[in-house]
Amino acid sequence: MALRDGLQGRVTVQGLVKRYGPVNAVDDVSLEVGSGEFLALLGPSGSGKTTILMSIAGFEYPDEGRILIGEEEVTWAPPNKRNLGMVFQRYTLFPHMSVLENIAFPLKMRGIGRAEREERARAALATVRLGQMGDRKPAQLSGGQQQRVAIARAIVYQPRVLLMDEPLSALDKNLREEMQIEIKHLQREIGITVIFVTHDQTEALTMADRVAVLDHGRLQQLGAPRDLYEAPETAFVAGFIGETNFCEGRLSRPAMPGDPILVTLEAGGQMQATAAQALPAGERVKIALRPERLRVLPAGTEGPTARVTEAIYAGNATTLMLEGQGGQLLRARIPAGAGMHEPRPGESVRLAWQQADARAFLA
Amino acid sequence: MSGRRPSAFLLGGRRYSPASSLLLAAPFLILIAIVFILPLATLLHESLFVPGPTTAHYARAFEEPVYLRVMLRTLGIAVLVTALALLLAWPLAWVMSRSKGLGLALLAAAVLLPLWTSVLVRTYAWMVLLQRNGVVNQLLQQLGLVDAPIRLLYTQGAVVLAMAHVLLPFMVLPIYSALKGIPEDYTRAAQMLGASAWSTFREVIWPLALPGVTSGCLMVFLLALGFFVTPALIGGPQQMMIATLVSQQVREMLDWPFAGALVGILLVFVLAITIVFKRAVRLDRFVGSA
Repeated sequence: MALRDGLQGRVTVQGLVKRYGPVNAVDDVSLEVGSGEFLALLGPSGSGKTTILMSIAGFEYPDEGRILIGEEEVTWAPPNKRNLGMVFQRYTLFPHMSVLENIAFPLKMRGIGRAEREERARAALATVRLGQMGDRKPAQLSGGQQQRVAIARAIVYQPRVLLMDEPLSALDKNLREEMQIEIKHLQREIGITVIFVTHDQTEALTMADRVAVLDHGRLQQLGAPRDLYEAPETAFVAGFIGETNFCEGRLSRPAMPGDPILVTLEAGGQMQATAAQALPAGERVKIALRPERLRVLPAGTEGPTARVTEAIYAGNATTLMLEGQGGQLLRARIPAGAGMHEPRPGESVRLAWQQADARAFLA
Repeated sequence: MSGRRPSAFLLGGRRYSPASSLLLAAPFLILIAIVFILPLATLLHESLFVPGPTTAHYARAFEEPVYLRVMLRTLGIAVLVTALALLLAWPLAWVMSRSKGLGLALLAAAVLLPLWTSVLVRTYAWMVLLQRNGVVNQLLQQLGLVDAPIRLLYTQGAVVLAMAHVLLPFMVLPIYSALKGIPEDYTRAAQMLGASAWSTFREVIWPLALPGVTSGCLMVFLLALGFFVTPALIGGPQQMMIATLVSQQVREMLDWPFAGALVGILLVFVLAITIVFKRAVRLDRFVGSA
């Protein structure tokens, strides 16, 4: 199957609002997914990611906004008229049908003849590397195999878009990682648009071309995995993606995004940072600094100091727990084998960082 | 998933040997032997060996048109009752399986409360409704649909309706339990794969609910075949069913051997139907076991 042409697999969400009572489960979210793109919807539970997916699928109807697939508006179309593929969180293979019958089901619903159904079902089963399992019942397959069959069933009718609702969350860690790579390869191979809901940031960063980070129904940031990690636009994204030290303080002068600033910390002392968003003077700000960007140097020279309270060795890196001025707790990560200074617990150290790595947000 | 069970049963994680299992079940088994097996055996014995070894009583049941008509009517009414109960039970069980909290509690009470009420009370209630000057007739007259009271009681329709109502819980509960076991995700998956509501029902819901439907139908059908109180009171002599006939033979004719033959015929019929149904619908044929 070749890459689908043009805009057929594009998904557009415009100003989506979904209310449950007084709560906005989805609060004015707009996003566009390109044809053949892999987009992850990432957020904690209650962030609205599943509601957005269900609105695209047609199981939820929005209170405001529009949904387009390709050029066509589908906001009010029932699920069975949208021609989308979907893989669910729980296993949804029909237990009374064999694996092949399950895969052939959507073809049967489309009035395709028995011979062609079987041929296409077998081909789809081979795509997910389960060629020999066609005659089994779903209950005879492992969880990972069941989800592969579910994927085969969702792509056998060549939908333009494949929706995935935390399809790997029931699998154990090793299998999950294996399946992440496999789904990614499959997606590239058949060039289908994928919208993938997950609460697992590693999964989102590993698989997706772009990630939409959501919190409390609002779209926090939409960007490539690298941008989210290295240039988060909000304090939520900085805290949600990867590990981060937060230092709270106040700013004396207003700053525009990218400006170097000097923040007076609540714990005492001052800290050099860069404004990640427009910051008015006098507001409380939060500075985010990644543990691996915090450098730990031997004591005795100028600069902020801290005391090592704990050193946790984890093979590829050592994590230091630090107590800085005014009891500020920090973490630093020292990669193994880089020949860097590795202080012991109780030792006093000096801290240093690049001003650009310390990003200040509105608290 | 498997329908097979180990011979020793599990309780609190403990496995009982066949001997202790038998001991635990003994009080019940003894009771059944005394109040059910023994009288039944006596009755069947009389049907075959009184006055001497004979099949005459059985032949009489099939040869005399009046008895044959009672048996065929019994069969017909049981089929109609099962069909009507299924028709009423399915939508109710469906709504129950998709309800939660207070709604489910109310529906469950509506199904179960009649079950805890005496069959006699429920039957008299139907008589009050259907009699010549009953609620239904009064309503029909007030609405101007009929000029004079019409006969509702002692008709086959009344018997079927009242029996279907009395036996309804036995249809609702197994279907409800089967439908409850079908996750809503299956319906969603089917819709997503392009199935209309009707196709989802036909291809997914119905086959998965079939074991529940079968046990419901089997239970209602078998109970209807041997039902006594409701058909006797609502149907009267015109709509006599086999249980009433048996009672008449025992109490009025004092013909125990012939009553035994009727019971024997009913028993064989019930056993045959049970076996055929159990063979036809085996759960493990629908759901493969690992």
